[in-house]
Amino acid sequence: MAEMREPIESGCPDPWQYMHPVMRKNFGQWKYHEHPRPGVLRHVAYSGDEIWTVKAGTQRILDLFTLRKLCDIGDRYADGYVHFTLRSNIEYLVSDKAKVEPLIKALEDAGFVVGGTQNSVTMISHTQGWLHCDIPGTDASGVVKAMMDELIDEFRNTRMPNRVHITTSCCQINCGGQGDIAINVQHTKPPKINHDLVANVCERPSVVARCPVAAIRPAMVNGKPSLEVDERKCICCGACYPPCPPMQINDPEHTKLAIWVGGNHSNARGKPTFQKLVAAGIPNNPPRWPEATAIVKRILKAYKEGARDWERINEWIERIGWPRFFEEVELPFTKYHIDTWRGARASFNSSSYIRF
Amino acid sequence: MAIDKHQTPMLDQLETGPWPSFISGIKRLRDQHPDARINAMANDLLGQLEHSYETRKGYWKGGTVSVYGYGGGIIPRFSEVGKAFPASKEFHTLRVQPPAGNHYTTAILRQLADSWEKYGSGLITFHGQTGNIMFIGADTPSTQHFFDEINEYGFDLGGAGPCVRTAMSCIGSARCEMSCTNELKAHRMLVNNFVDDVHRPALPYKFKFKVSGCPNDCQNAIERSDFAVIGTWRDDMKVDQAEVKNYIAEKGRQYYIDNVITRCPTKALTLNDDDTLTVNNRDCVRCMHCLNVMPKALHPGDDKGVTILIGGKRTLKIGDLMGTVIVPFKKLETEEDYQSLVELAETIIDFWAENGLEHERCGEMIERIGLATFLEGIGIDPDPNMLNHPRQSSYIRMDGWEQAAEEWFARRAEAGR
Ligand code: HEM
Ligand code: SF4
Ligand code: SF4
Ligand code: SF4
Ligand code: SF4
Repeated sequence: MAEMREPIESGCPDPWQYMHPVMRKNFGQWKYHEHPRPGVLRHVAYSGDEIWTVKAGTQRILDLFTLRKLCDIGDRYADGYVHFTLRSNIEYLVSDKAKVEPLIKALEDAGFVVGGTQNSVTMISHTQGWLHCDIPGTDASGVVKAMMDELIDEFRNTRMPNRVHITTSCCQINCGGQGDIAINVQHTKPPKINHDLVANVCERPSVVARCPVAAIRPAMVNGKPSLEVDERKCICCGACYPPCPPMQINDPEHTKLAIWVGGNHSNARGKPTFQKLVAAGIPNNPPRWPEATAIVKRILKAYKEGARDWERINEWIERIGWPRFFEEVELPFTKYHIDTWRGARASFNSSSYIRF
Repeated sequence: MAIDKHQTPMLDQLETGPWPSFISGIKRLRDQHPDARINAMANDLLGQLEHSYETRKGYWKGGTVSVYGYGGGIIPRFSEVGKAFPASKEFHTLRVQPPAGNHYTTAILRQLADSWEKYGSGLITFHGQTGNIMFIGADTPSTQHFFDEINEYGFDLGGAGPCVRTAMSCIGSARCEMSCTNELKAHRMLVNNFVDDVHRPALPYKFKFKVSGCPNDCQNAIERSDFAVIGTWRDDMKVDQAEVKNYIAEKGRQYYIDNVITRCPTKALTLNDDDTLTVNNRDCVRCMHCLNVMPKALHPGDDKGVTILIGGKRTLKIGDLMGTVIVPFKKLETEEDYQSLVELAETIIDFWAENGLEHERCGEMIERIGLATFLEGIGIDPDPNMLNHPRQSSYIRMDGWEQAAEEWFARRAEAGR
C-alpha cells in the first residue's frame, strides 16, 4: 500500500536524555553508597554530589491510571526522573534530601510499597501466565499478587541474612529465571493430540525437532499424517504446543506447582549457581494459591533463623547440608529429587561426606 | 453507555490484601476510563481471565502479526474463547526496547502512555524478563498505528522469535560505585549493530545480550544471556585503610573475621594486627564480596575492562547453561575497543547462524560441537581462564600437541610474558 510508512530502525534509545542531571554529571564517578532505611539508598560521588533513590513495589502490570499516578508523584517529589529495576520495581531519583520523606509518604499513601532494597525479599520477577502466554499452566501475576500480600513485611524490612530473589514461571520452560526461591508450574501429563488438525496446522519436522527428549514421532492416524508421543519419554514441557497447537498441554487437573531453591546469579563468595528442586505436586489453586505460599514462608523462616549474615539461600544450604534442609522445612525427599538429566552424575555424592 | 460487566468472583479475591493489585488496575480501565473501547477491552479481558481461573486453563493462541517492514517484535494473541469475549479477542503484545539502563523521565512515560491510550488496552509492563517494555493488548490494525506513533519519537520494537533480542544493562556507571565499564554504551553498540537481526527473525533461535557493570551481575547476564558482558578490573583493588578501621571499630573484629576474611573464596585477605587489611591481589578473583561489605573502604582498581561469557540460557532444550568465559579480559575504553567488541559479536553470531541447528541456542551448539571447535571457528585462542579445570577424559587424539604447544609459547612471547 502506498501510505505504508518505512520503520525508523533506531533500536535501543539513548538513555542520556532521560537520566537525572546529577547522575549524568557524576557518570562513572560514584564513590560509595549507604542504606539509610529500607527502600532508600544514598549514593555519594567523588565530587561530593549525592543522589537519593527511593524504591517501590507496584503491581508490575500497570494500567494507565497507575502509571500516571506514579508519574505525578515523580513530578511532585522526584525531579521527574525514574528508573526501573530488573524485578520491575520503580526507583525515584532525588538530589534533594528534604524530598525523600515526602516522597515515601506520597508513595505509601497512594498504595505503593516502599522497600525491596538490601536484605529484603524483593519483588517476585515473573512471566505472563493466563493473561498472555499460550502454554501457561497457571497465572503468574495472580500467584505473585497473592504471595506478595503475605511477604509484604519482608519487602518493607531488611531482616533476611542476605537479599532474597524470588521468581515464578508459568511452565517449566521457565522464562521467569533462576531464583533463591523459584515457584514454577509443571504440566504433569503429556499433550493430548487432536489428530484431525495436525496435518493442516503443524509443520511436523519442526515440532519433532522441538522436543527436548525426542518423544515425538511422525505417525499416520486415521489415514492422516499426524504425530504421536512416546508417553514414557515425555517430560511434559509443552514446547511442542507453540508450533503445533493441536498438541494441547494445558490441563486443569494435572498442572502442579513446584518449588526450587538456591539459584544465585551473583559471583560474590562463589560462582553463580542454578536452582534445585525441593517441592513438587503443589496444587494449582487459584485465586490465591495458599499451599505454595505456605511452603515459601516455611523456607524463608528457616533461612532467616538458620543462615549467617551474608549467606544467600544456596550458601546456607551448602553449609547445613541438604538432609538438614529437608528436615528444617519439613518437606519430603523422594526419588524425584534425583536428577536424571545430562550430567546428573555430577550431583551424586562420591565422598564419605555424610550428614547426621 | 453502561457495559454489561462480567462477574469476577475469583479475581475479586485478588483485590484483597495490601500489595497493589493488577486486577484493580484492569477494573479501573473498565470503570473509569473515558474511552468506551478501553472499557470494553478491559471488561472482556477480565471475563476471559476469570474463565481461566475457573477452569484452570489458558485460552490464548499464537498467530502472525507484524508491522510493515518487520518480521518480529510482536507476540500475537488470539483468544480461543473470543466469541464470549469479543472486545479482547485480539490482544497482541508489542515488545518495545527501553532506553539502555531503563532510565526514564516522567515526561517520556506520559508520552508513551498517551500513545498507548489511543490504540491499546491501557496495560503496560515495565519490564518483561527479556527486558522489553511490554504493551499488552492491541488488535491487529492498532499495532501498526501505535508502532508508527512511538517510532516517530524514538522508540523501536524489540525482538521476538529466532532473532537478536532486546538487550539489558544494569544502572552501573550512572549510579553505582562498583561499575567497571560504560554499560549503556556497550549495550547500545551491541544491540543497535544488529537492528536488522532484531527485526527480521532469521537466526537459528534467540540471541540475547546483557551487560552488567561488575561481577555482582545485577542483570543476571551469565545465566540468562547468550552474550554476557561483565565489568571487571585486573590491577589492584583500592583499599582505604582508614575506612577499614572504621568498619572494624563499628562491627568488631570477630564479625570482621567471620564476614569478610573467611568469606573470601580464594583466601586472598589478611587482617593485620593493626586493623589494616592486606589483599593478595594475584589470588583475588574479583568476586565482589569484600567490596559489597565495605563499599566505602574498597573499590575496583583502575585498569578496568570486561569479561565476556558466551552461551548462557534457560531450560529448553538441554537444560540450563551458564555462559562460558570466552574473553577473560578486554579493555573497553577507546572507540576501537568498542568496535572490536561489536566485531566479536558479529563473528560469533555469524558462526552460530551457519553452524547452529534450527532452534538451537548458541550455548547448545557449543556443547554439541565442543568448546575447542567453537574457539577455532571464531578465531580465539584457548586460555586456562575458560575452564574450571583441564580435561579429565583420556579418550582423545593429541597428535597435534607439539604444534599447539609451540603456538602457546609464541603467543606468550608476543604478549611479552
Ligand atoms: C509462544 C509462547 C511463549 C510466550 C508468549 C513466551 C513469553 C515469554 C515472555 C513474556 C518472556 C519474558 C520476555 C519479556 O518479558 O520480554 C519470555 C522469556 C523467555 N522465554 Fe518465552 N514464551 C513463549 C514460549 C517460549 C518457549 C517455547 C521457550 C523455549 C523454547 C521460551 C523460552 C523463554 C526463555 C528461556 C525466556 C527467558 C529469557 C531470559 O532469561 O531472559 N519461551 N517468554
Ligand atoms: S514460563 Fe512458560 S507459560 Fe510462562 S511465559 Fe514462559 S513459556 Fe509461557
Ligand atoms: S511436551 Fe515436551 S517432552 Fe512432551 S512431547 Fe511435547 S516437546 Fe516432547
Ligand atoms: S552489576 Fe555491579 S555495577 Fe551493575 S548495578 Fe550491579 S553492582 Fe552496580
Ligand atoms: S573480591 Fe572476593 S576474591 Fe577478591 S579479595 Fe574480595 S572477597 Fe576475595
